[in-house]
Amino acid sequence: MSDPNTLSPLDLDTPDKTFLDANELVINMGPQHPATHGVLRVILRLDGEKVLGLECVIGYLHRGVEKIAENRTYTMFNPYVDRMDYVAAVSNGLGYCEAVEKLLSVEAPPRAQYIRVILTELNRIASHQLWLGTHALDIGAITPLFYTFRDREEILKIFEKYCGARLTTHAFRIGGLQYEAYDGFEKDVKAFCSFVKPKIDEYEELLTTNRIWLERTRGVGVISGKDCIALGVTGPVLRASGVQWDIRKALPYANYKNFDFEIPTGQNGDTYDRYIVRMIEMRQSLRIVEQAVEGIPEGPVMAKVPKVMKPPVGEVYHSIEAPKGELGYFIVSDGSTQPYRVRVRPPSFVNLQALDIMCRGQLVADVIAVIGTLDIVLGEVDR
Amino acid sequence: MHDFVQYVESYLGSDKTPGAAGNVFWATVYVLLVFVGLSVAVIAMNWLERKILAHMQVRLGPMRVGPHGLLQPIADALKLLLKEDIIPDGADKIVFWIAPFIVVLAAFTVFVVVPFGPTHAITDMNIGILFMLGVSSLSVLGIVTAGWASNSHYPLIGALRSSAQMVSYEVAMGLAVVSAILMTSLNATNTGTLSMIGIVEAQKQQEVWFLFKFFPLGIIAFAIFAIAMVAETNRAPFDLPEAESELTAGFHTEYSGFRWSLFFLAEYSAMIAVSSIAVTLWMGGWLRPFPNLLQGPTWDLAFSLFPGLTFLFLGGMCFYNTARMPKHPLFKIQTIGLAGFGALLALIGLLMFLPPIRDRVGDIFWFSAKVAGFMYLYIWYRGTFPRYRFDQLMKVGWKVLLPTGLALLILTALVGMRTELLAQVREVLR
Repeated sequence: MSDPNTLSPLDLDTPDKTFLDANELVINMGPQHPATHGVLRVILRLDGEKVLGLECVIGYLHRGVEKIAENRTYTMFNPYVDRMDYVAAVSNGLGYCEAVEKLLSVEAPPRAQYIRVILTELNRIASHQLWLGTHALDIGAITPLFYTFRDREEILKIFEKYCGARLTTHAFRIGGLQYEAYDGFEKDVKAFCSFVKPKIDEYEELLTTNRIWLERTRGVGVISGKDCIALGVTGPVLRASGVQWDIRKALPYANYKNFDFEIPTGQNGDTYDRYIVRMIEMRQSLRIVEQAVEGIPEGPVMAKVPKVMKPPVGEVYHSIEAPKGELGYFIVSDGSTQPYRVRVRPPSFVNLQALDIMCRGQLVADVIAVIGTLDIVLGEVDR
Repeated sequence: MHDFVQYVESYLGSDKTPGAAGNVFWATVYVLLVFVGLSVAVIAMNWLERKILAHMQVRLGPMRVGPHGLLQPIADALKLLLKEDIIPDGADKIVFWIAPFIVVLAAFTVFVVVPFGPTHAITDMNIGILFMLGVSSLSVLGIVTAGWASNSHYPLIGALRSSAQMVSYEVAMGLAVVSAILMTSLNATNTGTLSMIGIVEAQKQQEVWFLFKFFPLGIIAFAIFAIAMVAETNRAPFDLPEAESELTAGFHTEYSGFRWSLFFLAEYSAMIAVSSIAVTLWMGGWLRPFPNLLQGPTWDLAFSLFPGLTFLFLGGMCFYNTARMPKHPLFKIQTIGLAGFGALLALIGLLMFLPPIRDRVGDIFWFSAKVAGFMYLYIWYRGTFPRYRFDQLMKVGWKVLLPTGLALLILTALVGMRTELLAQVREVLR
């Protein structure tokens, strides 16, 4: 399979021949399958164990979030965004709040910005931990899952103490934060940082130099930086292919320009590089959290925003670096209390496009590895 | 009646296995004992695997059914028996029905020749090891038919993977076994043996486990076997035929209830079977540690106390955990149950100190202890390793284990014949 792109697209209308007289096997993976991370359905065309092509069928979790936005006020829609990428709900909230703030031309006060960064970066770690656990589980290593869930719990505890919710936090409000950080917030965050550092080493100990892990991930699901850009793939997948693109650095939002951190990149664009990039990202997030928690300024946590929000007529696109890639909100305002149109650019949805290109010519087991390494959340793909 | 009693008693003085002595009554008793013992071992393995894996993964495992989940396997067995027995519509019903029985039969039949002690085996065949390898490889037939008869894609792929995997690893496994058998011929008469009991006795006679014979050749052969046996039993990291994340459950995806539990039973008894081969061939079978170095009645007595001490230790662990039980009225039954279980274990331990029992269970104890070590390894692998991909699995089998095994076989033969060879060389040089 020298040039995978020359293959004809899957023709799903041809009747499925029985496997007695056919060389090709069309096999349906999902929507109920242990390794498709939710309700993704993948139709695989196989020659033995080799993947000739595949097609993703999505929409099983479609809830019409964007349409709902048109019938809610700006404030009312805020909790809905948490339900898209439910493992990184804080990032979703940050993107939405900042987009509306841009529309309203208000800015959250510095203290709120700092707390936002802390919570968002903690959420990035939580999201990467969940990714690592499930990805390793897909490849057959069952133990990292329990390690990562144990440590992710500490992050969720901080969220719970802060806003009462663990998963769909609704932590931020348009214009800042509703809640002041609770007493001992800084202490908890610092304690978490020193707690989780050796734990990340522990995950790496199980996997990074594990022979089987290397064999299963090196050279698997390779995608070039050019292809990534052509397909709009962002986040760790893009960075593992050698493109240094992180919106936190490229188009700084919140107050990320105040912090010192690095953008890890890979060279080969394979599953192993994506693994390494995410592992380094966790450590870099910890670095940001540590800097932020040291420098939280005093002051209010809420900017002056009107009770009834009526943004001026216009449109805005604001994107942030969510754990999975570029998360963008395009909001059109007609001057009323409800948005005229909200369009979300979810990283999972766009990244999922690359699945076919990454899997062609590989084996069935690699499809599982690649779905895991793309780190998709079906709630975000289907919205 | 008198004849029958005499027939029964006639075996008691024998130093042969009941099968070899031709005593049908005692052979039947042994068959039943092995069958019951194996079933208990599988049930215990079920509980132990869950608990050990859970503790490796910072969780508790089963805790609700009985104290520390001790009754969980029984609850599971009940659940499986009561489940609806589903045969898919498009399945080939007869083949679907037969497949689990082939697997179970193959897995249990091999125990006919497993030597738990010099006389504690159902029978002793002069082709014992060949019989074990041959019969245990029949289980692939059951797996292929199961995958085929289900008439479904995932089981079919699982069955294909499984057949390819088991066939390729049998080759490497066979080579490792042959190199151990070569070692049995290093005696005065230069005749080797394929009998399982003979192999252990050869190790006793040569005063070394074949694991350490011709260091490092024995260890390499053992390592090849230890890798191949994991692949042979479809366990992690070679559990591709039932790779959950890829093929949902592989060849037994369409099976449910009792039929599924037969596959489960077969998998665990196959694990015990291959571990028994490894123990017999390389780790001295039923021999206690250092049977030649630490000789004499004092050492014999000391080592014969081990079975009883082990059970007393397990009973003590139960009592310790009974004391640690929450002092809540709701835990009363669990606490009593755990104490009772501990008392039962302690009683067994005390019984094992009685001289007539002590003398008879020693070899079974050492054999089981060695096999248990392998069982622990199986669980450890599962908790540590990711899963190999199919092509990598084949690569390990054919490109690493097979050439190593061949080279090893030749080397073992050369080293074994070194004195004769050297004499030949001197002859030629002169």
